[in-house]
Amino acid sequence: MTATMEAPELLRCYEQMAVIRGTEKAVHDLFLAGLVKGTTHLAAGHEAVAVGASAALRPDDYVFATYRGHHHAMARGATPAECLAELMSKATGVCKAKGGSMHLTKASAGMLGSYAIVGAHLPLAAGAAWSARLRGTSQVAVAFFGDGATNIGAFHEALNLASVWSLPVLFICENNLYMEYTPIGSVTAADHPAADRAASYRLPSEVIDGNDVVVVADAVGRAAERARAGHGPTVLEAQTYRHFGHSRTDPASYRPADEVAEWLSRDPLDVASRRLAEAGVAQADISAAADRAAETVAAAVAQAKAADGADPAQALTDVWADGGHQWRT
Amino acid sequence: MADLMTYRDAVAEGLAREMRRDPAVVCLGEDIGAAGGVFKTTVGLLDEFGPDRVRDTPISEQAIVGMAMGAAMTGIRPVAEIMFSDFLACCWDYLANEIPKMRYMTGGQVTVPLVVRTANGGGLGFGAQHSQAVENWALAVPGLKIVAPSTPADVVGLLASAVRSDDPVVFFEHKGLFASRGEAAPEGHVVPLGEAAIARPGTDITVVALAATVPIALAAAEELAAGGVSAEVIDLRCLVPLDMATVLASVGRTSRLLIVEENPYQGGWGGTVASIVADEGFELLDAPPRRVAAECVPLPFADALEDEVIPTTAKVTAALRALLDY
Repeated sequence: MTATMEAPELLRCYEQMAVIRGTEKAVHDLFLAGLVKGTTHLAAGHEAVAVGASAALRPDDYVFATYRGHHHAMARGATPAECLAELMSKATGVCKAKGGSMHLTKASAGMLGSYAIVGAHLPLAAGAAWSARLRGTSQVAVAFFGDGATNIGAFHEALNLASVWSLPVLFICENNLYMEYTPIGSVTAADHPAADRAASYRLPSEVIDGNDVVVVADAVGRAAERARAGHGPTVLEAQTYRHFGHSRTDPASYRPADEVAEWLSRDPLDVASRRLAEAGVAQADISAAADRAAETVAAAVAQAKAADGADPAQALTDVWADGGHQWRT
Repeated sequence: MADLMTYRDAVAEGLAREMRRDPAVVCLGEDIGAAGGVFKTTVGLLDEFGPDRVRDTPISEQAIVGMAMGAAMTGIRPVAEIMFSDFLACCWDYLANEIPKMRYMTGGQVTVPLVVRTANGGGLGFGAQHSQAVENWALAVPGLKIVAPSTPADVVGLLASAVRSDDPVVFFEHKGLFASRGEAAPEGHVVPLGEAAIARPGTDITVVALAATVPIALAAAEELAAGGVSAEVIDLRCLVPLDMATVLASVGRTSRLLIVEENPYQGGWGGTVASIVADEGFELLDAPPRRVAAECVPLPFADALEDEVIPTTAKVTAALRALLDY
């Protein structure tokens, strides 16, 4: 099957991926400038997974992501400015600067969180899918996770129960070959850590090119269609690669130079750009999209820098539904 | 005479009332459907509400509580059962890292209205991995409401509040109380979270108890009454919200405080109660606040050994006498 996407949609996806790439590079620079604290797990290189999936989903579908989740937040509708503000501890942050890089969430857009305990959110996505079925909405839920999550219990518990209950949930692995600093193949008894496990739970799976936004959109669209039709979960394993290390302190020097070079030659932005050219989109239009993305990122950086810092009073709010934190009389 | 009901039946009754009231309330857990729960606390629910709303799960505690969380975030009010509270350790990530933090770390974007019910506590000879009182585990985590009823009517009334709460609630049902009987809950019975009950009024000494230690405290108070001592027994009912106003007011009347808790002394909830009384009620006291808690050992199997470890009426009576003589 040849994956396809109309040229205007592909151009929109290209621009969105360029915004995410530009934002991730800005985060890197802002960290070095001392304006982002803590740590960051940049998703540069993974953009096609988020943008392709989002293009195939309905606006009311649910997305659950990991601590490497900036791309998913932005793909679902969080603005670069509110994401950057969150990372820069500003009051205008998407989570009021209470979450930080690892917990970007945009609930109003169905982006129901970034989770920093590996694998924990797979059961959550299954639960949201169960909820959609109970409410009769035909929504689907998607859990994005890394290859490292395939060796934790919650992954297996979620796949099993989602299969038994035939839930409308998609399990999408972003296999970037490394579980933090360790090659995933050296610690996993499966060639494809997510896809090869699917059959154990009677689930269909596909290994796909995670750097091709069109391929991702196509596969996610088919899996979502199956889920909405009541045919249950699908496991997708999107092969991709980080352009940065695992986290801020990791230069990723453990990766062979030829492997890095090969993956950089398959940069998702370049793949999309080539597809645009093949579809007859003028180079000037592709460049204009890249320029608009750069302007969007520059404006977001300026906006986040100019925002007020987090209000200290916010430290004691939002524990309970009444907005407060009182635990005793 | 009022109708009587067992604590065990009160659980099923409380769940059924909430499920009738709100179609968004669903239950999931191991053996809760056709089997009616291993403690028979969900008997009748499958027949009345059907398999979509009363779902058996595999032995997958992370999936049970994680799915409840995902459903709660998206418009459902799940009640998840973890068969024995000891098994909370198998899904502790969800109770410690996910459920209680979601609202806060998203800046208030996400609401997680769920209840995790679990059979807690010792006294039945189930050994070290099926007998622990672990309410103090939950107390160590900001963001969880903690309920532990001692009577059938409170089971129904507190379950109503727990299910209706927009905050996550851990609901500890005490195994040792399942067979106990008490007044049935009237229709529409709702007990607000965070309001302690004065289970027995008194003037000479305050005894603060929770769940299965309430009947122990009441029995001890009864023994002392024969000697003319008037002990006031407070049933906390919840650890979060913690009704310290009722405790401090009582200590203001009696000037003496004994806390009776089944979790270990080491890290037990009584330490929090005692520290607040010491801080805010120091001038009210004529004696040091004291605690009868479990010994800091794993729960042994034999009755003769288990009685050495967890609170008993004899231990509470002795502690009360010592405090009165202080």
